[in-house]
Amino acid sequence: MAPTTLEVSGLTKRFGGLVAVKDLSFVLRGGEILGLIGPNGSGKSTAMKSILGVEPPSEGSVKLDGIELAGLPAYRVARHGVGLVFQHSRPLNRQSVLENIKVALLPDRLTQLVAGADADAKARSIAERVGLGAVLDRKPPTLAFADLRRLELAKAIARHPKLVMIDEPFAGLTMSEVAVFSDLIREFRDEGRAVLLVDHNVKGVAALVDRVLAMYLGEKIAEGTADEVMRDEKVRRVYLGGALGTAARPETAFHDAVPLLQVEGAGVVYGKALALQDVSLHVHEGEFVSVVGLNGAGKTTLFNAVSGLVPYSGAIRWAGESLKSRSAASIACAGIVQCPESRELFGDMSVRENLDLGGNALPDDARAERLEWLFGLFPILENRQAQLARTLSGGEQQMLAIARALMMKPRLLILDEPTLGLAPVILETLSQALEKLRNTTTISVLLGEQNVTFALPHADRVYVLDHARIAWEGPPDRFEEEAAAAYL
Amino acid sequence: MRAMFASRLVWIGIAMLAAGALLPLFASGYVLGLLTVAFYTAVFAMSWDLLFGFAGEVNFGPTFLIGLGAYTAGILDARLSPHISIWLCVAAGAAAAVIGGLLLALPALRLRGPYFGLTTLVAVLLLQSFIVVFAGLTGGEIGLSVPDVMSIDANTNYWIAFGFMAVSGAILFGLSRSAVGLILQASGQDSVQAGALGFNVVKHKLAAFVVSAFFSGLAGALMVFYMGTASVGTFVDIAVGVQVIIAAILGGRRTVVGAAIGAIFLISMGELLRPLGELATLIVSFIALLVILFFPDGLLGILRGGARS
Repeated sequence: MAPTTLEVSGLTKRFGGLVAVKDLSFVLRGGEILGLIGPNGSGKSTAMKSILGVEPPSEGSVKLDGIELAGLPAYRVARHGVGLVFQHSRPLNRQSVLENIKVALLPDRLTQLVAGADADAKARSIAERVGLGAVLDRKPPTLAFADLRRLELAKAIARHPKLVMIDEPFAGLTMSEVAVFSDLIREFRDEGRAVLLVDHNVKGVAALVDRVLAMYLGEKIAEGTADEVMRDEKVRRVYLGGALGTAARPETAFHDAVPLLQVEGAGVVYGKALALQDVSLHVHEGEFVSVVGLNGAGKTTLFNAVSGLVPYSGAIRWAGESLKSRSAASIACAGIVQCPESRELFGDMSVRENLDLGGNALPDDARAERLEWLFGLFPILENRQAQLARTLSGGEQQMLAIARALMMKPRLLILDEPTLGLAPVILETLSQALEKLRNTTTISVLLGEQNVTFALPHADRVYVLDHARIAWEGPPDRFEEEAAAAYL
Repeated sequence: MRAMFASRLVWIGIAMLAAGALLPLFASGYVLGLLTVAFYTAVFAMSWDLLFGFAGEVNFGPTFLIGLGAYTAGILDARLSPHISIWLCVAAGAAAAVIGGLLLALPALRLRGPYFGLTTLVAVLLLQSFIVVFAGLTGGEIGLSVPDVMSIDANTNYWIAFGFMAVSGAILFGLSRSAVGLILQASGQDSVQAGALGFNVVKHKLAAFVVSAFFSGLAGALMVFYMGTASVGTFVDIAVGVQVIIAAILGGRRTVVGAAIGAIFLISMGELLRPLGELATLIVSFIALLVILFFPDGLLGILRGGARS
C-alpha cells in the first residue's frame, strides 16, 4: 500500500476582505510529522480548519490520497480519514470516559440505536493506548487537564484517521506529560499516519517534527527541518525582529526606592490549566517594561491579575500596598489602566464620545486639556472625532483605545497586544506615539507583545513569559543573544 | 456510576407511573381530568427537552408543532365528521406537525446561535395569525369546536392520556440514552467537534426535530379530542409555549423524565392555587424562578440530591 499523501495546493481562505490564508501549498506524507507554526494571526489555525472543512477553503485544493476534500463539509472530510485534536474540548460531561470514546466509534446513522458489540472492547483498547485505562469510568469534569487532552487524542484516533492534526499539542501540559504525549504522537507517525502539529513556535515541536512550515500573515515564509527554519532569516525577523536599535534606560535611572508595581510569585489557575506560575516582576515610575511571550504564554492573565480581574495567588503591590482585596474598579481609579487586546471600544459611539467616557471622572477643564494633549499624540483622532468607533480602521481603533485609556490619567498603562492584526505601516505610527509617551511623561507602561520588533525598541527592560513562567529578564539589547533560543 | 444514575432515573419514572396507575382507584373525576391535561403537557415538555437538552437547540415555539397537530386534527374532524375516524384525524395531526416542523427546521437549522430560536418564535406568531385570519376554517379567536371526542368518561380519558404519556416517555427516554442520543448530545455540545468525528450534525438535529414534532403534534391532536375544542389560548399562544419550556427546565433538563415531572407539577400547582385567583400565577411563576435560579438541575436534581458526582 502506498503511503498516505496529503497535498495542499493554492489553499486560500478569505473572511470578507481579510485574507487569512494565502496560496498555501505543501505536501505531507504518511509516517511524517510536519509542524505548522506561526505567531498569533498568521493563519495556521485557519489553514488547519480549512483542511478539515470546518472553514471551507475559498480557493485551492486539498487532496488526501488523490481524493479532493476541498469544499466537502467537515463530517465528510473526517470520514475520508482526517482526525483533528482540538485544543479546547467540550466532552459529554454526564457520560463516562469510556462512553465518550465510544461516541467517536459510532457510525453516522440514525437507525443504530445500540453501539456495536465490539465498540466496548475497541474503546477500551484505545483508552489503554492513550493512558486513560485507570479513569475509564470517571466523568470528564473530574479528570485532570492532561487526561482531558488524552480523551481528545483518543476520540481523534478512534476511527484510524490517515491524517491526524493536533492543535497546540502541548499547551497547558507539564514537562513529564509533554514527554508522554510526544511518545504517543511518534507512535502515530510510526503507524504510517501523517501528523500535522500546529503550534506557535518551532521550539515547542522541534524535538518531534520531521519538517517545519512557518507561516506569517497568511503566507508560507519558510519550510524545512526545524534547524533550517530556526536559522531562516525571515523567521528570525518575524519572531526576533532582526537587528534592533534600542534606547533602554538603565534601571538605576529610576529613583523610586520601592517600584510602583511589584508582582511577587503570582499564580493563576483556570479550571485545571495553569495559566500563570510563580511570576515576579516590577515596574518603576516612568519605566517602560515589555513582557514578550507567544499567544497563550500568560500575558493577558498576568495583566488581568494586576487589574484585579482574576483571582491569583502570590502578591501584587501598587506603590507598596497590596491590591489583593481591592476591586477592579478601585484598582483602575488608583491609576492602573489596562487597554485590553480586544480593545473594547464602544463601537456605536463616536470617537469623541469614547474619549469623553474615558475622561468621565475628570472636571471639564482638565478633560479638555487632556483631550488637547491626546490629539497631539494621535493627530488622526482629531479629524475623526465625529466618526463612529467601529467604522475606524484597525490601527485607528487601537489608537483610540490607547487614547481612551490615557484619558483616565493612569500612572501605569497596561497595553495588551496593541499590534494584533495591524498592518506594518500602522505599527510605525503607533510606535512613534509610544516613544513620545515614554519621553515626555512619567506614565509607566507595561506592554505585552508577541511582536518583538514592536516591543523591544521602546523598552527599558524586557521579560520573556513562556508557558506561564518568566523565562528571562534583561535589557532589550541582550534579548536576541540570550533569549532568542527560548523564543523561536 | 452512570448505570446507577440511569437506573435511578428509570426508577423515578417507574415510581411515577405506578402512582399514576393507582390513582384512578381513589381520585375524583376532577383530579383525573386535571391530570389528563397534565399528561399531555408532559409529552409537550418531554418532546421539547429532546431538542433543548440533547440537541442543544432552543425551540421557542413548541406550540407551533402542538398547534399544527391540534388544529389539523380538529379541522379535519369538524369538516368531515362523521365520515372520518378521529384516529385518522390524530394521525393527520401528527403528520402535519412533522411536515410543518421539517419545513421550518430545514432552513432554520442552518442558522447559528439564537437565530434558530427566533425563527421558531416567529413561526408561532405566523400560525397564530393564520388561525385568526382564516376564522372560517379555524374558528378564529373564538375557537374551533370538534364534533367528536374520544370519550366522555373521565377514567377512560385518563387512561388514554396516561398510556400515551408512558409510551411516549419510554420512547423519548430510550432514544436519548441510545447511540443516536449520544451523537445528538455530542452535536448539541460541540457541533464543530461532532463534525470532525464524522457526524452529520444537521442530519441528527433534524431527526431530533422530527421526533419532537411528531410527539408534540400527536399530543396536541389527542388533547383536542379530549377537550372537544381547539383554541389559540390552549394550543398556540406563546404563553402556552413558555409554560412547556418552564415545565421542562423546572423538572430537570436533559432527563426527559424531569420534563414530565415539571409539567405535572406546574399544572397541579396552578390548579391547587386557583382559589387565590391571579395570585396563583404569580406564586407558581415565583416558585419556577426560584428553582431555575438555585437548582439548575430542576426538581429532579433536588430529588436526586447527592447523586451528582
